[in-house]
Amino acid sequence: MVYDVAVIGAGVSGASTAWRLSRYQLHTVLLEWRSDVGFGVSKANSGIIHAGFHHQLSTLKARLEIRGNLMFEALQHELGFPFRRTGILVAAFSREEMATVHKLYEQGIANGVPGMEMCGRERLLQLEKKLNPEVIGGCFAPGGGTIEPYRYVFSLVESATRNGVCLKCDFEVAEASRAEDVWRIRSSSGAEVRARYVVNAAGLFADRVSGIFGAEEFTIHPRKGEEYLLDRSSAARPERVVFPVPGAHSKGVLVIPTVEGTTMIGPTSDAVDDKFDTAASAEQMQRILSHVRNLIPGVSPRDLITSFAGLRPVMDNEDFYIALSEKAPAFVQVAGIQSPGLTASPAIGEYVKDLLKSAGLPLLEKVHFAVELAPRHEVRHESPAALDRLHSGNPAWTHIVCRCEKISEAEIVEAVRKGHTTLDGVKFYTRAGMGRCQGGFCAARIMRIISRETGIPMEELTKKGGNSRLAAGRLGDLPVNTAEVRGGEGA
Amino acid sequence: MIQEEKYEVAVIGAGAAGLCAATVCASAGRNTLVVDREEHPGGILRQCIHSGFGLRYFKEELTGPEYAERVAEKAERAGVRFRFGTTVVSIRRETDGALCLTSLSTAEGVRIIRADAVILAMGCRERTRGNLAVPGSRPAGVFTAGAAQRLLNIEGILPGKKAVIAGSGDIGLIMARRLTWAGIRVEAVVEIMPYPAGLTRNIVQCLDDFHIPLLLEHSLVNILGHGRVEAVEVAPLSRGVPVTERKFRIDCDTVLFSVGLIPENELSAEAGVELNPATGGPLVDSSYETGVPGIFACGNVLHVHDLVDFVSEEAEHAARMVLRRLDGSDGGSGQFPVRAESNLKYVVPNRFLPGCGTRFAFRSLIVCDDGVLEAEQNGKILLSKRFSCVRPAEMLTLEVPGSLLKEPGELKFRLRKGEEI
Amino acid sequence: MKKRDLICISCPFGCRLHAEWSGTFEELKITGNRCPRGAAYADRELRNPARIVTAVVRSTSAEHPWLPVRTDRELPKPLIDALLNRLYRMRVEVPVSRGDILIENFENSSVNVIFSSTTTR
Repeated sequence: MVYDVAVIGAGVSGASTAWRLSRYQLHTVLLEWRSDVGFGVSKANSGIIHAGFHHQLSTLKARLEIRGNLMFEALQHELGFPFRRTGILVAAFSREEMATVHKLYEQGIANGVPGMEMCGRERLLQLEKKLNPEVIGGCFAPGGGTIEPYRYVFSLVESATRNGVCLKCDFEVAEASRAEDVWRIRSSSGAEVRARYVVNAAGLFADRVSGIFGAEEFTIHPRKGEEYLLDRSSAARPERVVFPVPGAHSKGVLVIPTVEGTTMIGPTSDAVDDKFDTAASAEQMQRILSHVRNLIPGVSPRDLITSFAGLRPVMDNEDFYIALSEKAPAFVQVAGIQSPGLTASPAIGEYVKDLLKSAGLPLLEKVHFAVELAPRHEVRHESPAALDRLHSGNPAWTHIVCRCEKISEAEIVEAVRKGHTTLDGVKFYTRAGMGRCQGGFCAARIMRIISRETGIPMEELTKKGGNSRLAAGRLGDLPVNTAEVRGGEGA
Repeated sequence: MIQEEKYEVAVIGAGAAGLCAATVCASAGRNTLVVDREEHPGGILRQCIHSGFGLRYFKEELTGPEYAERVAEKAERAGVRFRFGTTVVSIRRETDGALCLTSLSTAEGVRIIRADAVILAMGCRERTRGNLAVPGSRPAGVFTAGAAQRLLNIEGILPGKKAVIAGSGDIGLIMARRLTWAGIRVEAVVEIMPYPAGLTRNIVQCLDDFHIPLLLEHSLVNILGHGRVEAVEVAPLSRGVPVTERKFRIDCDTVLFSVGLIPENELSAEAGVELNPATGGPLVDSSYETGVPGIFACGNVLHVHDLVDFVSEEAEHAARMVLRRLDGSDGGSGQFPVRAESNLKYVVPNRFLPGCGTRFAFRSLIVCDDGVLEAEQNGKILLSKRFSCVRPAEMLTLEVPGSLLKEPGELKFRLRKGEEI
Repeated sequence: MKKRDLICISCPFGCRLHAEWSGTFEELKITGNRCPRGAAYADRELRNPARIVTAVVRSTSAEHPWLPVRTDRELPKPLIDALLNRLYRMRVEVPVSRGDILIENFENSSVNVIFSSTTTR
């Protein structure tokens, strides 16, 4: 078949676009080269819904950020992902920093950020009790918040597919050609998809995809951000997202109370060459710790449970690049979606929809559009009485598989049945394995459940698709020959 | 309707500690329940298929599953009730002082379990790569030693083909042999300290037997690989800091972490039990009672033991204290603090009752072949004991008779090297 | 003269033993031990090194696909690889009881392999 629109990349931008398009009488296909959605740039996002005071209104990213921010209540209502408006505060520790805070405040007022407030020391400490008492002042924006970015992507894609969007994972775009107003897109494994319009939301690889389609030449520069996660028992968890006064290229290293009760510190911001370089480093950890302890002294390395790094896709001019291609027909560029891309994403979807319309895509609203996703039950949020009722429908609800995050077998089975068949897929969908033991106790149990549900032998399961096999085979596959090990005299 | 049950003693965890404690309580005629999240008793012992357990407690050398079955059989014979496949999600002390557990299980859904006394016996968990913030990428093939042990011994799955083990704790050493005996090549064991963390017996039988290099004073400074682990980088340490100029690469597809154990006390902390930062376990008095009346603790949830035999002994002792409480003896009132001083990482228990003989357990911070452990109170040395071999890997114990512990006042312990005398 | 260094595992001390001998352990001389157990340990390690071997074998049980087994006494080291390779090729029927013999007198070593747990289904 010929799709009306092919969206390349199932991160926040592509997923928002596909979700937006799913309201219309269109055949849309969402292509993702990884084995699950949101597994690229989006997975390692800090999860901040920015308030809209960090950037000038002259930039596209500021305009979309401000519009996007306001859309999250409605989105959460429809899609049910974890989101909370904690408020964002910026803390200054010197007169120079206060001068920058004043500029941020004025920018926020100019941008129309609701509730923007200049704060003295007392007010800041009242807003955030964990803050370093040496703070001298700052500003506060109540509309900022936190979200679980991968959960957001999952729910966008889930709603989009329920409303007719076709999702194809493990589809790496390798070639494209156009004939008779139709794009013919071939994957590296030989699969083919045809579509009239194409949206390039390929994140770090948007430059490569643009090249494949003969569209504009540009370069996406990866900029690495390392993050560290603290246990939910950490005494350092603040009430609000705490920012330092920003530097030239980034908003600085923050302390983030995640929606799910943990605390995240980071991210760093460093240009790297390799688009696969998501390694964390010892130096950066020390840097992050010293920065955030200045904001919140209670942060302790004892509370660390894991670290990760993500790459921001950055254009030369630092702004988003969302436009109809001037070289390739019926091709929309959605590139350079770095911070505040997550916040802007609902507005990006809308903006892209309008661009497609202007390029001639007919948009007729569906008569039957399933607006709301069915609410998801999660053991950790249910009362004992509600759990007992869930149990009478399905006993797996009261079988706890992940003890640290209290994730039941029923939740894991639901994730697998919704197509999340890798260990990371289950982890990001359910939180199983995300807690303090980092899967030490439950990984083998989850592997057993995935294997049972999918029929894939345990030893063939992967962490995140591709060559990330979790095991090397079955006991007995390798011969035991200790006598030859290291040519010693043997065992 | 959520069902409720009532017991005199509820034990959380059916490992060695829980089973041994429950046996004592049930043998004394107390209505005793053991709750465990697994379908079978034994806890982590079930995956410890190697031998070396029970030399002290059973006077014979057993494997983990054998030790587990034997203590479970004792518990069954004593009339202990069991609830397997059941996770306790909260412990609450109600206003009238009753203790109330909320449990979840496939078989029974949500259950409320009321008890006069609760014994915490949840054991411990492994520290992870994330706790240490080991740099590098996040590929498949990074496991804690215990997770790999479960994959291999319970599921029959080979975690990889070529491994490097970070940390020389006993589980890591045991896994070096287990991997080798599964046909997996172990390239090295990397330890940051100048001495191994595990027992000498395990160094000899698990590493030396197979000529596996033990790199002391080295640190894992990087993990490489995108999908699956491709290599690690290891650097020697100088005064605790990696010398990155001298780092080298070891090709491997698997990294195991055996870098310490942490008592699993999230449930206890939520119940209001105060923890000891030195052990990660609850602060307990000489009755093994925590700061929350009626909640007791023993085994690895209290402090990490080196031998399961000591876990069993401690659990039985703690259970006898529980019985005394149920029989109406006083709680922790009238007790005085106990403190670990020089060269000791910690002491358990943390309070004592004058006139009551108590066995104290310690961990040393130093290695020496002639150590003297002293108990001091009010400026007087009450007791000193010589240890011919002191290692951080091995627990020390000291029995202080009630006849010496007559006075009130803080009790202090310290360890010094013998030659200082 | 032949030489070998060993670490005694009879107690936590871990004495560094030094053994020297000629021919087939005639005139075996052991130094470095603090007690007679060290000499006995070195003697045994040199003449007839043997280990308790533990492993798992495949079973017909869905709940316990692999069952733990052990040798009932120490097996001479040169036989260990052969035993493990044989065990990994086996598949046993449940139920089994702890102590049941799986392999009797392996390679005439008078060592048996026994189950180390009871599995009913």
